[in-house]
Amino acid sequence: MAEALALELKGITKTFGGVVANKDVDLKVYKGEILSILGENGSGKTTLMNMVSGIYYPDSGEILVDGKSAVISSPKDAFAYKIGMIHQHFKLVDVFTATQNIVLGIKDGKFNIKAVEKKVQDITDKYGFNIDLNKKIYEMSVSEKQTVEIIKVLYRGADILILDEPTAVLTPQETRKLFDILRKMKKDGKSIIIITHKLHEVLEISDRVTILRKGEYVDTVDTKDATEQSLTEMMMGEKVDLNITREEPKNLVERLVVDNLTVIKHDGTVALDSIEFNAYGGEILGVAGISGCGQKELLESIAGLQTTTKKSSILYKPDDLGPQQLVGKTPKEIRKLGVALSFVPEDRLGMGLVGNMDIIDNMMLRSYKSGKGSFLNRKQPKSLANRIIKNLEVVTPSASTPVRQLSGGNVQKVLVGREISSEPKVLMVAYPVRGLDINSSYTIYNLLSEQKKKGTAIIFVGEDLDVLIELCDRIMVINSGKITGIVDGKTATKEEIGLLMTKSVERDDNNE
Amino acid sequence: MIATIIQRAIVQGIPLLFGSTGEIMTEKSGNLNLGIPGIMYVGGISGVIGAFLYENSLAAPEDANGFLAILIPLLCSILGSLIMGLIYCFLTVTLRANQNVTGLAMTTFGVGFGNFFGGSLIKLVDSDVPSITLTTTSNFFRATLPFAETTGWFGKIFLSYGFLAYAAIIIALGCSFFLNRTRGGLHLRAVGENPATADAAGISVVKTKYLATCIGSVIAGFGGLYYVMDYANGVWSNDGFGDRGWLAIALVIFAIWKPKTSIFGSILFGGLYIIYLFIPGLALRTQELFKALPYVVTIIVLIIVSIRSKKENQGPQSLGLSYFREER
Amino acid sequence: MNKVKNHEPLVHISKRDSLPMYKSWAIRGMAIIAALIVAGIITMLLTGENPLSVYLTMIKGAFGTSRRIWSLLQGLAMLLCVSLAVTPAFKMRFWNIGAEGQVLIGGLATAACMITLGNKIPNALLIIIMIAASIVSAAIWALIPAFFKAKFNTNETLFTLMMNYVAIQLVSYFEILWENPKGSSNIGIINQATHAGWLPTIGNFEYLLNVLVVLALTVFMYIYLKYSKHGYELTVVGESENTARYIGINVKKVIMRTMILSGAICGIAGLLLVGGTNHTITTTTAGGRGFTAIMVSWLAKFNPIYMILTAFLISFMQAGAGEISTVFGLNESFSDIITGIILFFIIGCEFFINYKMHFRFSQKEVR
Repeated sequence: MAEALALELKGITKTFGGVVANKDVDLKVYKGEILSILGENGSGKTTLMNMVSGIYYPDSGEILVDGKSAVISSPKDAFAYKIGMIHQHFKLVDVFTATQNIVLGIKDGKFNIKAVEKKVQDITDKYGFNIDLNKKIYEMSVSEKQTVEIIKVLYRGADILILDEPTAVLTPQETRKLFDILRKMKKDGKSIIIITHKLHEVLEISDRVTILRKGEYVDTVDTKDATEQSLTEMMMGEKVDLNITREEPKNLVERLVVDNLTVIKHDGTVALDSIEFNAYGGEILGVAGISGCGQKELLESIAGLQTTTKKSSILYKPDDLGPQQLVGKTPKEIRKLGVALSFVPEDRLGMGLVGNMDIIDNMMLRSYKSGKGSFLNRKQPKSLANRIIKNLEVVTPSASTPVRQLSGGNVQKVLVGREISSEPKVLMVAYPVRGLDINSSYTIYNLLSEQKKKGTAIIFVGEDLDVLIELCDRIMVINSGKITGIVDGKTATKEEIGLLMTKSVERDDNNE
Repeated sequence: MIATIIQRAIVQGIPLLFGSTGEIMTEKSGNLNLGIPGIMYVGGISGVIGAFLYENSLAAPEDANGFLAILIPLLCSILGSLIMGLIYCFLTVTLRANQNVTGLAMTTFGVGFGNFFGGSLIKLVDSDVPSITLTTTSNFFRATLPFAETTGWFGKIFLSYGFLAYAAIIIALGCSFFLNRTRGGLHLRAVGENPATADAAGISVVKTKYLATCIGSVIAGFGGLYYVMDYANGVWSNDGFGDRGWLAIALVIFAIWKPKTSIFGSILFGGLYIIYLFIPGLALRTQELFKALPYVVTIIVLIIVSIRSKKENQGPQSLGLSYFREER
Repeated sequence: MNKVKNHEPLVHISKRDSLPMYKSWAIRGMAIIAALIVAGIITMLLTGENPLSVYLTMIKGAFGTSRRIWSLLQGLAMLLCVSLAVTPAFKMRFWNIGAEGQVLIGGLATAACMITLGNKIPNALLIIIMIAASIVSAAIWALIPAFFKAKFNTNETLFTLMMNYVAIQLVSYFEILWENPKGSSNIGIINQATHAGWLPTIGNFEYLLNVLVVLALTVFMYIYLKYSKHGYELTVVGESENTARYIGINVKKVIMRTMILSGAICGIAGLLLVGGTNHTITTTTAGGRGFTAIMVSWLAKFNPIYMILTAFLISFMQAGAGEISTVFGLNESFSDIITGIILFFIIGCEFFINYKMHFRFSQKEVR
């Protein structure tokens, strides 16, 4: 391996308001290597790399590129140092084509799209990308968008590439393809930094691993000397049992019978195609699928937020009433029947919680209508807020703190806590641990397991296949709006699910 | 008759075209500048002040040098609009203030500025009528192309305007070319669509917004200048410019943010603005209703565009939002 | 482009978490003082007077006589009324710039009742009809853009803006239709002889009724926004439409309902202006309040109680600057310039409340 230093960070510190995101972090990256930065969510990986790419500016510390001190105060500076970052949330202009996005921001020479296309073609040939350069971004799949991002950085001649959670949105197959490309780049002498929290990927792709914990530098190790266990210990700081306790489901009661559920989106594409499954009280039904496969529409249909086709049927069987047809009911009616949806969307505060409102007012979101008259009653919400803060150990100055000011994990505790407090018969959760550290994640997993024991039917949409396999009793895999399989959580393997996520239904709308 | 209508429509449309081209440039960078009406007032009055000073420095109107008579008001107008653009940018881009509120304050200020100095000049010359007349300067601005008189309807429709009218069309075409065919245009649009992306790509969001908004302001300011010097024959009267600034903003939507479409739109709007003059037998009061036509048409276009909701026909995605890189 | 910068940025800006109340108001207070200083300097340059006498003139213009105080109160009340009207919509993030038109339509309906029904039915009944007509008509006028926003997400900023001019032309039409005397294109004072449809005055105070009505509206709006379910719903819609939909709030209904309320209060403003104060209607009856109100509401952070302060500030500035222009022989548009400057300062100072600046010269150079 080449031993020349490409990038070095010394004593980098960055704070946001009162929160320390990075404290005195050191880092070394050599030429022609792949370095993983490993850490839980919230450990400051992204913040650190944002300082290298010029999005943030460090409060103190030094950055050296090629051994020389560098001041990177804007992304432009970063490019000048041949540093390029592929952000987790792609930075692409939706209404532009791939080519337009690729040349964005480059100011040398004549503006000649033809010449650009030629150069881009060279890059795609060299590393084996597969992309239609004239396609507009808003028509692209996630993987295509990522490809555009990578080409964009390469086009700028970047020698140091930073990828923030590049595999989060990819199928295992797409991930493999990406890794092949990264290896080619490494051979080409480029330095690649991957931000991730997936251990097996770290072990698979990287040469060395730098571990961060709570914003601080822990250690850097050679991958060949590391194991999942050793890395986890460094990441967590203490030995943690990776196992999630899963009890055998007991007293199963049929709660939901979904039949022929079809959703057609505004643009005419089919989001869900004749979905058919049952959910039982007392078990956790996992839902796996790549993003955009239709899980969101599935949950929203059950919650009454989606328009479904006429033949669709969602039968809900409560104890006290006869079977209820949920299709055609309003979200409010469905909630009253005891079907709760706790949806944690990508921006976390976009749905389910209102960032600028305090915890008490957020508690009211569900219940403010109850009670007579046109005025609000803040008494019960207040006691509920205090109960959740106490029971779930929410870290907050008080119940009247705006939710926006809480950290991600605490926000999620508030959200899930509120949903569970209404004691639903069916609880749907989507991405409940997205962006949470491991301890918070486990709090949530335990909450769900407890609900399961109480006989709630839980539908869990998650991204992490490891968690799905450990937590869920059955796992339903959706691919392009169709169910491609329902597997047993105890026996399923990741490979099996990964295949189901991508298999067969190679969508042919593109060829039409 | 038809030639007259078209000619009048064009004359009416030119200030709108300036205003909307300026606003399109501004909005493409993500700034919704509701201060355009005020800026157009300032552009107009600054030109008037320049012309007034120049005319008064002459011993006799015959001494006027055509070049200076045009250059001085032009530069004054540019300076006035530019300062307005800078104020807007400083507040919304540097200080990240709310764009709607800032724009409205700019309009209050700009219209007040125009009327204040207009009124003061009127007082200064002790005029009998509440207006100020700058015939000498205006004659230079109104100089038409040769053959305008001799070529009949052709001359009337195509040749009978002062140079600023042609400039308006050239500027609109130039902006269209710039936005769609050049790197600078690509960068400008990227900033308006998604500033975070543009920023990450190494485009200076602040600089782009400042440039686009200031250039847009200057272009819009020409609309005010054209109105006084050419359309109104060099006569400034307070509030004379009326609500054309808002109409220019309406035109931006009508033209779905395309300067080329704006050329035809401005003529159409100009026509709608004066159509009542050409419909025989209209009662005075009904004329007033006809004057609402451009606004009604804009509302209809607005509704149609939103119903069709085609991605290409929408305004820039981050229109009206200020950008802060370290937003978390 | 490839030149590498070798100095640290001089100023670094970061977002503040929150600033204690007193500090943020101190910043606003400083901005107002700074604006007054600038305004004073400009006036001084234009008139040659010393700044102190400029400020004294302003104060005299606003509070000099009891008539002036009442006129200030009336101006304040009407501005506040329109500001209250736009506030629920703003809180819902619905940019209603159409208050100007909504006020006019309310006023037009009032005038229509006074002209067509005046002296034909008992006065009390007439006034009741006027109240209903002004509220309903302005509410409908406001509902139109809200309907399209709810249904097709049509841009409301531009829609409501355009509606203003449609309303103005409509008023022009009726001004000529009802002109009095013939050929004046002016309605003149309606029912001057009989006072039919004139809102009653309380005691000898011409404007007291308006002030009391607006005061009641202020309290109503404060409670509505803070303690009512409707207020809660519109806040949620404003903060996040997705959340609102997800918890089963009918977003479309809330948008339309809120705009009906917004329009209705504009209608009341129109009623007070036409029936209570001017007894006539012209295209300038709303007098730009629809636009100024947006700034009043925004500066007060949509809090009706603070809005009394911000509306007072702007009314005071306008009255004061108006006096300066008469006393020192300046054009009456001077007050717009001064108002503009004050607004620039207040708008700008919000930055210092929301963001923090760090200057870097104090740090050691890293080599």
